Amino acid sequence: MASLAAVIVLSLAGCSTDEPVTGPSGGPPSTGAGTGEQSKFFVSADYEAELAMLGATATGPAGKPWEQVLNPTMVDTASFKKAGPHKICFSNAALNNPWRQVGFKTMQAEVETHRDKIAEFVHVDAEGKDQKQIADINDLLGKDCDALIVSPNTTATLTPAVEAACRTGVPVIVFDRGVDTTCPVTYINPIGGYGFGHVGAEFVAQKMKPGGKVLALRILPGVDVLETRWSAAKLVFDRAKVDVVGVEFTDGDPAKTKKIVDDYLQRYGTIDGIWMDAGAVAVAAVEAFQDAGKPVPPINGEDQLDFLRMWKDQKLTAIAPTYPTYQWRTPIIAALRILDGEQVSNPWKLPQPTITEQNLDEYLDPDMPPLHYAMCGCTGLPGYPQRWK
Amino acid sequence: MQDTLPRRALPVRAGGPLPILAILGVLLVLVAIRQPDFLAPASLMSFLGRSAPIILLAAGQYFVIVSGEFDLSVGSLVTAEVVIAARLIDGDPDRTWPVMALVLVSAAFVGLVNGLITSWLRVPSFITTLGMLLILVGAVYLWSDGSPKGELSEQFRRFGRRAVEDVPVLGRVPYALLIVLLLAVLATVLMRSDFGRILVAVGDNPRAAELSGVRVGRTRTIAFVLSGCAAGVAAILLGGYSGVSFQAGSGLEFSAITAVVLGGVALGGGRGSVAGAMLGALTLELLFALMNFFGVSGTVRPAVQGAIILLAVAVSAARSPSR
Repeated sequence: MASLAAVIVLSLAGCSTDEPVTGPSGGPPSTGAGTGEQSKFFVSADYEAELAMLGATATGPAGKPWEQVLNPTMVDTASFKKAGPHKICFSNAALNNPWRQVGFKTMQAEVETHRDKIAEFVHVDAEGKDQKQIADINDLLGKDCDALIVSPNTTATLTPAVEAACRTGVPVIVFDRGVDTTCPVTYINPIGGYGFGHVGAEFVAQKMKPGGKVLALRILPGVDVLETRWSAAKLVFDRAKVDVVGVEFTDGDPAKTKKIVDDYLQRYGTIDGIWMDAGAVAVAAVEAFQDAGKPVPPINGEDQLDFLRMWKDQKLTAIAPTYPTYQWRTPIIAALRILDGEQVSNPWKLPQPTITEQNLDEYLDPDMPPLHYAMCGCTGLPGYPQRWK
Repeated sequence: MQDTLPRRALPVRAGGPLPILAILGVLLVLVAIRQPDFLAPASLMSFLGRSAPIILLAAGQYFVIVSGEFDLSVGSLVTAEVVIAARLIDGDPDRTWPVMALVLVSAAFVGLVNGLITSWLRVPSFITTLGMLLILVGAVYLWSDGSPKGELSEQFRRFGRRAVEDVPVLGRVPYALLIVLLLAVLATVLMRSDFGRILVAVGDNPRAAELSGVRVGRTRTIAFVLSGCAAGVAAILLGGYSGVSFQAGSGLEFSAITAVVLGGVALGGGRGSVAGAMLGALTLELLFALMNFFGVSGTVRPAVQGAIILLAVAVSAARSPSR
């Protein structure tokens, strides 16, 4: 059944279907869980599109990826043209993790660079609650905002609130997580989860010793952005016939992560590759190998500085796909362009750079705190580095 | 004190560590069959070291439970202490010792507040410590803007992470294991002292204890302080083991209660040994390790924990005569 599902999914995805996709053939039989059935969040068309974008060249100013667009499709915004200075409102899903903290500080700094054009920037934090965000958006609609930026907490639940905002005629800009409506002027986000998961898995599959064992560490099931990362990685591992000995959920808890990795080291003696759907606990995973006195296998993390520093200091075989925090700059830039009547791309797909051995040094900033995200595009913004500490 | 009420004799000495030792023995045999390597000194030491925080929390929870109360606040207290320690140390080794002292004192203080509210304001401890749990979560969230800042120093982390190297036969002996052994001895001595007997008597029958001159409120307050102290030490070990995170202590209160119940301690108090509680924690951790060896997904852990609580309490209730 599992293999049948995998074959169907692979054929939908247009991948090589003439290969058996379950378990390593020829090698020793898989002792682990394998990769299991494909996620029900998997959409093969989106997957194909994201993988294609990984190789695409972005248009826009060089060295400013937050202004660049992949495969632009410009939309007319002349009807929103308005004389400044403007009042820009932002309904934020949450500030409850370091990624969103770094992102929001970056956005505030971006606002500061446009002091002449932005008279007022209103921010409302929904604290991770759908109901609060629906109420927040409703409140903001009565506050004469010239543009409304929304970072939705969940896709389906926030859709009606965003649609209601569109109906008032205010230009709406959605970024990070999406909504199920085309009414916003533009939807801004990087390539996405498939690209993230694919890059990490390709690296691990290529760098590990042939026939080795991979442990996949996921934060939690059922979240679309994380499910897409895993579903892309699963396809890579299935295709490369990698022996995935376990797929475990860490809840983003470093202690739990260390225990899981330690357990797998006890059970299999060695683990030859670690794939992660998010970098938050990458350092804990590496520490588990160090504390057990085992060599650290090829691993993917993310662009958080604690991991990048460990990568450099310990000379790890590592890669860091990113979900860049510089995307928090783009909604402000988009809002001002829309209010100037300039064309913007919809969707606005941002490049999603990967940190590798070659460019690692560019992102290592000794002055920044360990949980800072290096791909913030914020080094040139006002208040750097103090604002982000 | 106990002969103020007539009681029927129990068939087996209830609350003794024998049943839990038997369960532990069975699990060890299963481990030896499935994964003999696990019992090699190196991996066994690493297992004992990483189990240290939950063993300590089980000991702390024991004091409170045996006196007839609950402490649901320990998990969030651990999280709070780890997050506070990271922010105050901020990677500076010179601040290690003062911050460590602060962690212990503040954890004891939280226990004191739990005890005073329960004893003097007569708020049921289930509610007191649930409230404390929420207050701590909220306060830490507010103070840290929702994501941990700063960094623990290597000096702070060594207690939970490093080991005495090159010990004959055993290899690496984690500091955490030594700390747990020391505190286990202290806890056992404490429970054999007058205070220990009074603590159990308070849990067994607070009215009878009070009538015979025991200051029930003060005794229970001390139990909460001990639980707070255990959470403080656990925070140091856990922060050391894994570094700073918002999840550092999540769910540990339930693991500790499960361990205590598994160790033969009666919910409601008056029965059980601290050694049983600590062995209960070790057994629980070994059970989870064994589940992993048999390829059971880690996601069923909460369900197993819940089943253990229900089963252990049901067995205990079936064995105890109704009062």
